[in-house]
Amino acid sequence: MKLKQHIIALAAAAVVGGSASASFAATEIQWWHAMGGRLGEVVAEIADDYNASQSEYKLVATYKGGYEDTMTAGIAAFRAKNAPHIIQVFDAGAATIINAKGAVYPVADLLKEHGVGFNSQDYISGVRYFYADSDDKMIGLPFNSSTPLLYYNKAALEKAGVEAPKTWEDFEAIAPKLKEAGYQALAQSHSPWIFSENFHSRHNIQLASANNGYDSTDAKIMYNNEHMIMHWTKVKEWLDKGWYGYYGKAWGDNQDAFVQGKVAMWLGSSGSFGGLKKSADFEFGTTYLPYWKSIIDEPKGTFIGGAALFSFVGHSDEEYKGVANFFEYLTSPESQFSWHKETGYVPITTAAYDLAKTEGYYNDTPDAEIGILQLSQPGGEWTKGYRLGYYVQIREAMYKAYENILTGNSSVPEAFAEMEKESNALLERFHDTYN
Amino acid sequence: MKRVQFERSTVPYFFVAPQIAIIAVFFLWPAGQAIYQSFLLEDAFGISSQFVWFRNYEDTILNYAWLQSAGFTVVFSSLVTFFSLAIALLLAVKANEVLHGSSSYKTMLMWAYAVAPPVAGLMGNLMFNPFIGDLYAAMNAMGWDFNQKLDAFDAGFVVILISVWKQVSVNFIFFLSGLQGIPKGVMEAATLDCRSPTKRFWTITFPLLAPTTFFLMVINITYAFFETFGIIDTTTRGAPGGATNTLVYKVYTDGFLGADLGGSSAQSVILMLMVLALTVFQFRFIERKVHY
Repeated sequence: MKLKQHIIALAAAAVVGGSASASFAATEIQWWHAMGGRLGEVVAEIADDYNASQSEYKLVATYKGGYEDTMTAGIAAFRAKNAPHIIQVFDAGAATIINAKGAVYPVADLLKEHGVGFNSQDYISGVRYFYADSDDKMIGLPFNSSTPLLYYNKAALEKAGVEAPKTWEDFEAIAPKLKEAGYQALAQSHSPWIFSENFHSRHNIQLASANNGYDSTDAKIMYNNEHMIMHWTKVKEWLDKGWYGYYGKAWGDNQDAFVQGKVAMWLGSSGSFGGLKKSADFEFGTTYLPYWKSIIDEPKGTFIGGAALFSFVGHSDEEYKGVANFFEYLTSPESQFSWHKETGYVPITTAAYDLAKTEGYYNDTPDAEIGILQLSQPGGEWTKGYRLGYYVQIREAMYKAYENILTGNSSVPEAFAEMEKESNALLERFHDTYN
Repeated sequence: MKRVQFERSTVPYFFVAPQIAIIAVFFLWPAGQAIYQSFLLEDAFGISSQFVWFRNYEDTILNYAWLQSAGFTVVFSSLVTFFSLAIALLLAVKANEVLHGSSSYKTMLMWAYAVAPPVAGLMGNLMFNPFIGDLYAAMNAMGWDFNQKLDAFDAGFVVILISVWKQVSVNFIFFLSGLQGIPKGVMEAATLDCRSPTKRFWTITFPLLAPTTFFLMVINITYAFFETFGIIDTTTRGAPGGATNTLVYKVYTDGFLGADLGGSSAQSVILMLMVLALTVFQFRFIERKVHY
């Protein structure tokens, strides 16, 4: 059976990975990450540059597959007592690793106790709290931080004689013109992230009880609310009118629809910027995530997606010194600025953002600044993010609900009621497991 | 009947030992672990753990998502098994009758055998891509408003088509060698007695192929249950709305992606029991009708 072989392979990989260390004079620091393709190349460059910059530590960056694969590899290694020093964990997995009491060394403590120092105010407001505990102590170091943006095909909008929309009301006004010009108006790549989580942040609406799940694992989902039902009723209408394209769950399939010029506007991640620059053979622009004027007059900022770096417990003091040293290097303005430029992920510290401004980066490419501007928009009570267990499965339940809405299989309220039921059962399981 | 008693020797045990060891390490031990885990509510990192009896079974089996997935698995497995056997049998019978260039026909029909399920899935995914997929374009050109992303029937069609395509060549090889194993004399005698080739096929050839068909049926059901995982993962991933989520794919998403070890263990134990029951059923009731 495939699964069993998989487990054994993981265990074997963990053993090999663990025993490879400690053969060099320099202290080896293992970093397991989930950055493939171009992003993986950039990560390898970061590791090389770091190793060249000093001789005390040797950073070994290993690609472990997608976000979920990386987390699973980390879990298997931890259980086999061969955990890497640093692991990249994505937004939806944050609750799993943070709630496992005593699995990770909070990054704020790690930095403070190993001579680097830590001040959360150095970080830009949109990334400060997402990977923090309920006392705002940072547990994971935000690494690749992105935020949802609207990308638009400049030629398409010009052909239809319209401007990129600020609000969804604007969108409804311009969509018929884009259709006339031969385009589907909109597609998007991650409906749980963009049309649910950040929808709540943008409109300052609570998405789960217990302070969006930050205060306790005893939380209930609050997605089944009038605003979401209104929004998804509209999305279904847009689909039926030919204004909205749904190309499946896969991120790339929806992005392709934009790259191929089939849809005029696409909601994606600020981290898609670098890749789009290479793949799209037309001029495109970026703008803020639209909002409903009917729900909020002044929209709030969004919160980050992407992933953070966590440090597992159980390593020596000397090794943690190395981790702290690397984190210091990674968060330096120069290193953040180059990461930002290469990938489109936002710089996580204000110092790095200032450096990008003084270097004149945004004068040449103003579109690259939209993500960080959106993250820096005034926050509201519900813009800091969420901390919910079994969130990977909850996102599956959301995808299911949205697909059932779009296929016409269920009515919008039915789909939301089913999703709420399924999500709350998962949250209850998580609460009972982790307490 | 007279019983022959041989002297007992320990030598045979040495010969079966490697097989026993493999079964123990790759099946018994992991299966035991799965059963043990299925009674635990344990965090992913194994820091805290509690024994909860059948809680995991109640939580993960008694809900709509599991039942939907079980329903799809049954329909999917039946269709994949039926069509991959039927098409392979038809091709084998036809290829067996070809006189000129028969070996090149046979070789070409066997080619797909070497394709692994995930690769078949990736190829299918490209052929059904809404922008560059030829099959996608062909379906729509024929007037079928085909969209596997938003239509459960179409998505089911895609995964079944790919799974059948991948399996036909395996079945073809077995059917062909089965056909070649039928004695010429029997066939010639049948030709003298009956003029209709169809009737000859159903009364003589098909019963003589029964052992092969039975063996292939067991293999194909196992294939449809487990190995199609790679095809689902590279095409629909259970979408839309969980309509193409097979049981084994759900075990994977809950356990490996969602880090719910207890829940996915419980599901895999149930899956194991289902396959066990099915195998017992096949050997007790269907194999009786097979004459070797």
